[in-house]
Amino acid sequence: MMTTSLPKAILAVSALALTTAAHADVSLSGAGASFPAPLYQRWSVEFNKLKPDIQVNYQSVGSGAGVKNFAQGVVDFAASDAAMSDEEIAKVAKGVVMIPATAGSIVLAYNLPGVTELKLSRDNYVDIFLGKLKKWNDPAIAKNNPGVTLPDLPINVAYRSDGSGTTFVFTKHLAAISKAWDDEVGSDKSVTFPVGVGGKGNEGVTALVKQTPGTIGYVEYGYAHGNGLSSASLQNQAGNFVAPTAESGAATLASVQLPENLRIWPTDPTGANDYPIATFTWLLLYKQYDDAAKLKALKEFVTYGLTDGQKFADELGYIPLPPEVVAKAQAALETVK
Amino acid sequence: MSQPANRANSDEIEEFRSGMDLFRILCWVAAVAAVATLAWIIAEIVQSAWPAMQKFGFEFLTTSSWQPNRERFGVAPFLIGTAVSSFIAILLACPLGVAIAIFLSEDFLPLPVRQTIRFVVEMLAAIPSVVYGLWGIFVVIPIIQVFGTWATKHWGDFPLFAGPAYGNSMLTASVVLAIMILPTITAISRSALVAVPKTLREGAYALGATRWEAILGVILPSAAPGVVAGTILGLGRAMGETMAVAMLIGNSSRLTWSLLSPAGTLAGLLANQFGEAEGLQISSLMYAALILVVLTLFVNMAGEWVLRYFQKKTAGIR
Repeated sequence: MMTTSLPKAILAVSALALTTAAHADVSLSGAGASFPAPLYQRWSVEFNKLKPDIQVNYQSVGSGAGVKNFAQGVVDFAASDAAMSDEEIAKVAKGVVMIPATAGSIVLAYNLPGVTELKLSRDNYVDIFLGKLKKWNDPAIAKNNPGVTLPDLPINVAYRSDGSGTTFVFTKHLAAISKAWDDEVGSDKSVTFPVGVGGKGNEGVTALVKQTPGTIGYVEYGYAHGNGLSSASLQNQAGNFVAPTAESGAATLASVQLPENLRIWPTDPTGANDYPIATFTWLLLYKQYDDAAKLKALKEFVTYGLTDGQKFADELGYIPLPPEVVAKAQAALETVK
Repeated sequence: MSQPANRANSDEIEEFRSGMDLFRILCWVAAVAAVATLAWIIAEIVQSAWPAMQKFGFEFLTTSSWQPNRERFGVAPFLIGTAVSSFIAILLACPLGVAIAIFLSEDFLPLPVRQTIRFVVEMLAAIPSVVYGLWGIFVVIPIIQVFGTWATKHWGDFPLFAGPAYGNSMLTASVVLAIMILPTITAISRSALVAVPKTLREGAYALGATRWEAILGVILPSAAPGVVAGTILGLGRAMGETMAVAMLIGNSSRLTWSLLSPAGTLAGLLANQFGEAEGLQISSLMYAALILVVLTLFVNMAGEWVLRYFQKKTAGIR
């Protein structure tokens, strides 16, 4: 009996081993922007619940570092608020596909005790950041806020001391609406602000705003919302004062015409209810993957993010992608082989 | 007389001693490795900084605009920021440190109390930089803001206290830096004071000096080289301090006279901008790093040299 059952046992064990090998865990690694990190990490957790054998690790190291890792082939995918420039794309041998994964608005969070609603016209907020408006009760601001008593506090500007996609988008917008800003400061991930105090990361700017009454700073909507900071309503190109909400952000994105490579920044949206400062953030994938299992897992993960994953966006402070954008993104995903 | 079996004869001893000394070789390797590592670090920094060094030359040290998007880089504000914050830290920490050292080297209090105080002061050196930064944000910034609002009202015309009073300013960072370098200055000054020969002390008292006349007129001047060395080493630490300063100084790249305005330091600049830098910005940051390394190396070498030189000079007195 033993002699016949032993070979059968060996056969059974090796069959079991082979089947477990066929369902081996696939592990994907990505790195990049800190802005969408909370959302991608939530997707990774929820997706893992649906497909336990696929694990996605996302490290929030910053857009610049993520793109560098991607160009060197160290990670499977990257994420960047500033997408990739044509020079950067040329350096990647395997080719790059940019897929808008989510979006967010940049808000001007402020700390004014007793002031729950603040309206800032286009000239107001450019002049605040240029250092031309020095006090909160300046008539230029007061005339946009009838009925609100603005305190006699100096305006304390808070900006990002580190290089950041948030600064990139914010300064691009200011450069688009004000020639004075474009000449004096320009736009980039890291610029020299004429006035104010620098904090490291969105967290640093949030902390600066919370510490001192009279401070105003630019942060992602999720950070302002999550920390109980009030955000100013900004005047858009149409002349309306728009508060940063999911609807006003979605309105901005809906009016954007995505080009072929899906890379665009709406620097000065024209719609009546558009919130003026909103941006996509992109997932960067290679055009070709050699590992078939990784390719399949990555495509499933990104498809999940573009469809079911969007429902977590609002809760975490991001803008859900409009359906047209999702359709274009999925079409771009198809080109990844 | 025949030798006992367990005693080596002189031939065997000769053979053992003339062979390869493994321990000595290992020590040599360790020493060379330490020096080689330092040389390698500096070589790598110079290599990365070369494009910026070629483009900007010495103007890098005098230009005061740092604009990555316009490819204009100049570290003057950060160099001045490093120098001023370290200088003010020394100004605050040196008298305090020397006073504590004098107190700990004399017998004003019983020995157990002195030992406890000495231990606590040295524990200040063990607190991580980030923790100092956090403590500074919650405790020092509100105090400086209160002081700043008062100072701008009464001394606002004086350029050092001009302008709006920020919480994150040069003054805040300098105060926290002073606390961070206090243990260094205190420990080294205390050693220098305790090392003053008893003959000098006894001689001073024998000539009729009071306690304080002896301390200020005889003991402190003879321990002065040690105190100076301690101060210089503290300065070296203050210049390189990164995290706490980056969290408190406000990280601005503009030159200003006021102590109550935000400023920047070289170390803070590197910590903030390196992650997202590209191309010429990386070279410029490496050039700034090279300047910082040369500065701190120079300051530390000066401190070591002073200590060693005066130790030799006072070695004969017993």
